[in-house]
Amino acid sequence: MTGNAESTKGPMLEIHDLHVAVGGKPILNGIDLTVAPGEVHAIMGPNGSGKSTLAHVLAGREGYEVSRGEVRYLGRDILALAPEERAREGLFLGFQYPIEIPGVGAMTFLRAAVNAIRKHKGEAELDAMDFLARVREKARLLEIDDALLRRPLNVGFSGGEKKRNEILQMSLLEPRLAVLDETDSGLDVDALRIVARGVNALRGPDRAIVLITHYQSLLDYIEPDRVHVLAGGRIVKSGDRTLALEVEAEGYTALAGTAA
Amino acid sequence: MARGDALAAYAAQARGAETPWLADYRRAAAERFAACGFPDRRVEAWKYTDLRPLLRQPFTPAPPAAVDAAEVARHLAGLPAGPRLVFVNGRVAPALSSSKDDLPAGVRLASLAEAAERLRPRIEALDEAGDGPMLLNAALMTDGAAVEISGPVEAPLHLLFLATGEGTASHLRNLVIAEPGAVATIIESWAGSGAYWSNAVTGVQVERGAALTHLKLTRESSAAVHLANVSARIEASGVYRSFALATGGRLARTAIAAELAGEGAECRLDGLYLAGARQHLDTTTVIDHAAPGCTSAEHYRGVIDDGGRGVFQGRIVVRPGAQKTDARQLNKVLLLGETAHADSKPELVIDADDVTCSHGAAIGEIDHDALFYLRARGLDPTTAERLLVEAFADEVVATLSPPSLIAALRPLVAQWLQSR
Repeated sequence: MTGNAESTKGPMLEIHDLHVAVGGKPILNGIDLTVAPGEVHAIMGPNGSGKSTLAHVLAGREGYEVSRGEVRYLGRDILALAPEERAREGLFLGFQYPIEIPGVGAMTFLRAAVNAIRKHKGEAELDAMDFLARVREKARLLEIDDALLRRPLNVGFSGGEKKRNEILQMSLLEPRLAVLDETDSGLDVDALRIVARGVNALRGPDRAIVLITHYQSLLDYIEPDRVHVLAGGRIVKSGDRTLALEVEAEGYTALAGTAA
Repeated sequence: MARGDALAAYAAQARGAETPWLADYRRAAAERFAACGFPDRRVEAWKYTDLRPLLRQPFTPAPPAAVDAAEVARHLAGLPAGPRLVFVNGRVAPALSSSKDDLPAGVRLASLAEAAERLRPRIEALDEAGDGPMLLNAALMTDGAAVEISGPVEAPLHLLFLATGEGTASHLRNLVIAEPGAVATIIESWAGSGAYWSNAVTGVQVERGAALTHLKLTRESSAAVHLANVSARIEASGVYRSFALATGGRLARTAIAAELAGEGAECRLDGLYLAGARQHLDTTTVIDHAAPGCTSAEHYRGVIDDGGRGVFQGRIVVRPGAQKTDARQLNKVLLLGETAHADSKPELVIDADDVTCSHGAAIGEIDHDALFYLRARGLDPTTAERLLVEAFADEVVATLSPPSLIAALRPLVAQWLQSR
């Protein structure tokens, strides 16, 4: 599997009967999910339903015990792959809490990440000038100031700046599959609109996006093809975008109750 | 053979003919050393550093050795250019050093042997509170650098100490005097090959209103022992800025005692120690606020690899009457493996009431969340870890000034990371 050349006829992501525990405690109890190229799926759920666990397992974070099931990305089982291998194959996780890294310049980090992925694809690494031009273009759309990128990564960034920086990374890395973990949390309406604009700009027939969110409001700006409700570590209901409105009207408790 | 006799025999080999006062001075130091010997770990300042492995191996005086200009250039590569004084196995190497005619105005750069008579009181003042290695240095010193600065000097002054040998010891005595009006940078580098011992004592005098930046690069051979003692006295309105980078030596210790002796004096002691496997790197500092209105800040960082050990001891003393003292201390250590070990001991002794003092110490591992974040963006674990370690180290390196010193040190940190 080599990034670009891959055909996108099959599903982008297939999750079958995924069971995951953390420290022996079951968190995900049989997730099934299929995402096709070009689609945007929203996964909604209350706190503690396993949303972030799912995101982290997809990205390959350590400390999660997969006891059953499989995750196929572009037809290949990825659970044995290291996080960096998944990233280089085009899987992107937008962090709910982007990490502050003192001493690593935001720009240095962006360039290291972009070049790691370009190198993997067999593309030439970008020099500082080309890279800067590309960053500026993408940053403009997200209303990210140059000065922000000269600072250490995420250090002293506001909540909104951190999330916009995640989307900037996504737009530079051009992933095939983006999993955005509560990218909307802590954003005001203006920031939400900017982030949504960045995400919408990346929608395309060869790319799939999984939005993980607690609230419906993000979906006013990024229209999903499918909506899933996660509760108790299981997808309890799936539907089109009207399901999100239903969640908002009735709450998670009612929905989880009817499915159980 | 009793220890005193052995020492006398050793001393006879180490030195040539010299003036009576110096002979007396050595004899007195030798007698004191014979009485007290090397400190053991019950001595608080040596709590974490055991000299016994050092003592198991007999050391003989380092013989003269030849070093070529290419090697000198290699050790100074990447550092900002400036006049230099080079020592090999404890002896000055005039052919490798800058010509006296090329020294900038306001600088006297000589070997201590040349300047000993003139600087006698300062030499004698240095070992008042000497411990074993310092006394041994007084008894056996062969030479060292005498630096006198009387005005602003643009280029840094290099003191390069090279050693080569197996079981040989060099005892160096340096004096750095920044006279009123002096603004200068000294870069002291230590390097070599073999299992030798460098035992250095350096006296620094920052006189009224002078500003001295003192960079010490301990890049000794991985089999070497390095013991250095720096005593700095900073007079009123003087500024002493020390930065110590330690990457070399099987056992390397830099002890710095800074006395803020006059009102408004300032000192800043910073450093970075990068300990690989089988390395023991010790930084021990004492800052003595002996006058009111003085400021001190220290910031040391350590990165310890598997099988390595780092020690930081920082004592701050505020004397009665040293009101309006501002003293800050920070030590942060990153452990890179299960068998990496670090000790950190802050100690505040405050005998004045109107003071601001703070200290902090943190010993931790690489931040796993940060590592995952970088890997989730495609960076391999080695690159990600290197980036984080470089960033950790850079938090103190980047505080250096002028920027040319930052640019000189960063590659040394990167080099250490590449080679580990």
